[in-house]
Amino acid sequence: MARPPAQSETAVRRSWFNEGCDYCVSSAHTSWVIFKTCVEERLVYRGDFFFSTFIRFLPIITQIFLWHKVYAIGTSDQIGSLNGYSYEDMVAYYLLAMVARAFSSMPGLASGIGNDIRDGSIKKYVIQPIDLLGYLFWHRVAHKLVYYLIATIPFAVVFYVCRSFFPHPPTAEVWLAFGLSLVLGFLVGFLLEALIGLIGFWFLEVSSLLFIYMMFNYFLSGHMIPLDWLPNSLFAWIEYLPFKYLAYFPAAIFLGKIPPENLWMEIGVECAWVGVLLIANRVVLQRGLRRYGAFGG
Amino acid sequence: MSTVIDVSELGKQYRVYRKHEGLRSAITHLFRREYTTVDAVKSISFKIDEGEIVGFLGPNGAGKTTTLKLLSGLIYPTSGQATVLGHVPWKRENAYRRRFSLVMGQKNQLWWDLPAQESFRLHQAIYKIPADEFERRVDELTDLLEVRKLIGQPVRELSLGERMRMELIASLLHNPRVLFLDEPTIGLDVVSQKRVQDFLKYYQQQQKITVVLTSHYMKDVESLCKRVIIIDEGIIHHDGSLTNLIDRFSRFKVIALQFREGIVPDDLSRYGEQLASDFGTAKLKVEREKVSEILASILERYKVDDITVHDRPLEDVFAELFSAQRSQKVAG
Repeated sequence: MARPPAQSETAVRRSWFNEGCDYCVSSAHTSWVIFKTCVEERLVYRGDFFFSTFIRFLPIITQIFLWHKVYAIGTSDQIGSLNGYSYEDMVAYYLLAMVARAFSSMPGLASGIGNDIRDGSIKKYVIQPIDLLGYLFWHRVAHKLVYYLIATIPFAVVFYVCRSFFPHPPTAEVWLAFGLSLVLGFLVGFLLEALIGLIGFWFLEVSSLLFIYMMFNYFLSGHMIPLDWLPNSLFAWIEYLPFKYLAYFPAAIFLGKIPPENLWMEIGVECAWVGVLLIANRVVLQRGLRRYGAFGG
Repeated sequence: MSTVIDVSELGKQYRVYRKHEGLRSAITHLFRREYTTVDAVKSISFKIDEGEIVGFLGPNGAGKTTTLKLLSGLIYPTSGQATVLGHVPWKRENAYRRRFSLVMGQKNQLWWDLPAQESFRLHQAIYKIPADEFERRVDELTDLLEVRKLIGQPVRELSLGERMRMELIASLLHNPRVLFLDEPTIGLDVVSQKRVQDFLKYYQQQQKITVVLTSHYMKDVESLCKRVIIIDEGIIHHDGSLTNLIDRFSRFKVIALQFREGIVPDDLSRYGEQLASDFGTAKLKVEREKVSEILASILERYKVDDITVHDRPLEDVFAELFSAQRSQKVAG
């Protein structure tokens, strides 16, 4: 009598396992189709897309000239360094921070979610068996990849021209950590902006909130100036915020500013941030959809 | 036949924010807001069987769309219960979401800049439709709606009617058992309206799906629905067949007359309201119970070539019905 139940138990377990596999495969397939469709959509706007990619390069060039002038004035009678950064260091930092921003910036994500909530397009995520965050994620991955396809060329040119500003070729380990920090930076940027967009379930208009976020982001991520230029007391606090992962952190890894013994611990902390933000997004989305059910529609 | 939609004492209240006119009140409202509660739907109950097409009728703001939103799980009710296909809609289970569709005439789910076939592919992935079934359904639906040639064209280049037909295809790809249509023909020209109606009729008969439809166009309702539910101010006023409805609410009929000499007599108004008169023809609105009496009298008095009696257009019946209810309410 003991054998048949044991067999059926295995069978149940196997079918459960198979179902699990089927689910993963079909979810991956869904994500893939979403991704493909988004790439196609992105390629429709060819003109806008080429133009915007190149236009985004202008500020990088002007910023390099600006730093050139700043250094020419600020260091004329000194040793050619500001807060431990020479002009070359500064340009190297700035370019690397721009690479990090190419991963972590999310133009239109929060405002897009806000608009969807306001004009009711959010309905389709309630009615159809589809996950809003998953959908937006693949949508964003598609847009980013298409962007890199074009942006790689001007980035490569600028890096080639400024190659002498990068002092030492980093080790394989640093390269790996740098690559990982870019990908994690993408996730942090995505989750932070999505969270702001989801606040639209409570406040119909998120644009002013987004503006404040952008302002803090510009300053606290290291986009404007390297974070270690800030007074130590301030830097110590900013270290605990997730903003640094959006620009400063990947550049600091590449330039060897993170002590090697701390490197993987820091990456671990960033992973923890991704986890925390993911949970926050899930909770806020769930609450938001519930609120939408009660008030909106 | 089994019950597919079971609604009992379903109610939905909205809290709306009220603002008085002017800058001063705008400033005070920054700190203190006044809310009022609006009953969008007040304790409605009905049952719909498998394979029925039911029309929801009522003026703007009557609660039709709110009811559809409740049934598709977009919003939660304040009171009451409902099940559709055995599921409680607002639990938003994937098992339920794969079995129904909601089409809103004013909202589109297709990607604006891509051909419709790309949106269809996305639906295939989202609803996990097997490849062969997907191909078969796309073929069948695009043929039925005569848009096969257009599925490779960006949606933004399509006309409103063509777009609506693509929307219908997208929403039917996963073979939903229940279809909610909110104003499916809004803004369409007569030809497109007719085409959508014919399609819905044919498709519903073939697939035996259950359809709930709201519309302002009585033509939609007349051609598709045997049963109508009249809702106004969140209350069901009538639930039954369309013919019963006309019998119940239409107190008048219209008599159309063609006079032999081509001259319309000028004393017709004693029988009823004269709706139109032109080149020897006239239309009279008369009370239902007096129709035979009036006909006899007219035939006796005048030389008439042709005479027809018909019901008044549904639009007029409803306009009368709703305005009567409103004025009763004001009076009471």
